Amino acid sequence: MNLLSWIGRQAIELFSTLGFFFIVGLKAFTGIFSGTWSKEDLFEQLERVGVGSVLVVSITSAFTGMVLAVQTLDQFVRFGATGYIGGVIALSMVREMSPVLTGLVVSGRIGAAMAAEIGSMKVTEQIDALRTFGLEPHVFVGVPRLLAGLVMLPVLTLFSFVIGITGGFLYVAAHGVNAHLFRRSVEALLAPSDIYGGLLKAAVFGVLIVVSACGQGFMAGQGARGVGTATTKAVVWGNMLILVFNYVLSSLLFGGIKG
Amino acid sequence: MDPVMRMQGVSVSFDGREVIGGMDMTLPVGEITCLMGPSGCGKTTALKLASGLLKPDKGRIELLGKVIGPETQEDELVEVRKELGVVFQGGALFDSLSVGQNIAFPLKYCRGIEDPESISKMVLDMLEHVELEDVRDKYPAMLSGGMRKRVAIARSLVHSPSLLLLDEPTTGLDPVTARHIDQLVVDLCGEFGFTALVVTHDIVSALGIGDTLLLMHEGRIAWRGVPVEWERSDHPMVKSFAQGMVSVGRTGGEKM
Ligand SMILES: Nc1ncnc2c1ncn2[C@@H]1O[C@H](COP(=O)(O)OP(=O)(O)OP(=O)(O)O)[C@@H](O)[C@H]1O
Ligand SMILES: [Mg+2]
Repeated sequence: MNLLSWIGRQAIELFSTLGFFFIVGLKAFTGIFSGTWSKEDLFEQLERVGVGSVLVVSITSAFTGMVLAVQTLDQFVRFGATGYIGGVIALSMVREMSPVLTGLVVSGRIGAAMAAEIGSMKVTEQIDALRTFGLEPHVFVGVPRLLAGLVMLPVLTLFSFVIGITGGFLYVAAHGVNAHLFRRSVEALLAPSDIYGGLLKAAVFGVLIVVSACGQGFMAGQGARGVGTATTKAVVWGNMLILVFNYVLSSLLFGGIKG
Repeated sequence: MDPVMRMQGVSVSFDGREVIGGMDMTLPVGEITCLMGPSGCGKTTALKLASGLLKPDKGRIELLGKVIGPETQEDELVEVRKELGVVFQGGALFDSLSVGQNIAFPLKYCRGIEDPESISKMVLDMLEHVELEDVRDKYPAMLSGGMRKRVAIARSLVHSPSLLLLDEPTTGLDPVTARHIDQLVVDLCGEFGFTALVVTHDIVSALGIGDTLLLMHEGRIAWRGVPVEWERSDHPMVKSFAQGMVSVGRTGGEKM
């Protein structure tokens, strides 16, 4: 009985949170064209999300590219498929690793910071102050952050492709794989649709990160504790949504068996 | 003339507890009304109702000709809000903006002024009024509590709103600055014909600036009168409130 009511309460919280995220996202999207928001804030958010994440994304991607190379090299050489190594590493990076890792890294860095910032704006009545100036906080605060996520995640992901594949190449090249062979196999296996698919995922993840961060920030309860909880929840929700949507998008974009 | 704000039979509850119960309040044009009352009696809540930030559960509020009831939507209030100047109890300055940008904010978003030179001139002018010319490029986190209060007051006045709502504007200020702020509010109301609601604990300030004094008790207006009536009143609530303040002063609290 207790277990049932616990499950019930969790389900209600899950759906009401998702519903609120949806409203936050919808208001920010419609507010892009019809609402009042600040361009200066947009530049600041672009810088925070983009420039601020370059280093972490680079390190994460380089090592992921290298570890992919470690795993593929041995297997592929054993089966005489050395000519496919570059392509396989590139495909895994572009379709899965880069968008997902970039998403998770940015969710941890930016999602947490955004939720904390908005939560403390709420607790210190800055959100109410925005309302007294005739502004809609979901638009004024939400739009610049949404646009920053939407633009910067694909940019960072593109960057992650390049670094990750380079990392993988350096490892296999150090183990005697021919550079020309590596490049040819990347060219042969990687189609433009893979790149577009990866970037599309990244853009979706950008929206998910911002929506969970803003949503949790706006929902923050009273005091420092409320802000702390909002921060943690923003990251948990951001990561969870990224992984769920990643599965959905992968099966839509790349799923099934293609000749 | 119609009052700037009229509240009739307004009630609000938080988590099932009634904080404001059947409150009536009127702010006549061009007058300064001071709202006093013990901590936790609902003054801030009343101010949020008067600014339309909070919708009443029951009753109606007429704010600058717009009727606000339990069903009123946020977007109906956008234009009315641009005519308000609100100072929140904690100041509510935008942390991410400098002092100058904070004060420029209502000029941009309530008045649609874009020319950087006229904005800069009005901001400096306002900073002079609150004697803070030299902090324009600092951020709120770098200021003292009293300075932040003064910046918040500057921000609420800069766009010449029709109604000023000040939540404890002089709490935490030294007596000299507090009187200065009082003078500023009186002067500006005289000069521009603002109507003001000032929530305060500070009886000296209330007697000095108020055209009308209101004393709140447990979510209602318990006493209403002009300053001379306050001094003569033998209403028990007035007496206990006034005495409470005197004894706080004697025991060395910072409030006057
Ligand atoms: N958002 C809220 N949620 C729940 N309770 C609230 C909320 N805001 C105010 N209250 C409660 O309403 C009552 C009145 O609060 P209010 O802030 O209006 O008091 P106040 O008269 O301004 O006090 P003070 O002089 O200390 O500022 C308090 O008991 C407070 O706990
Ligand atoms: Mg208060």
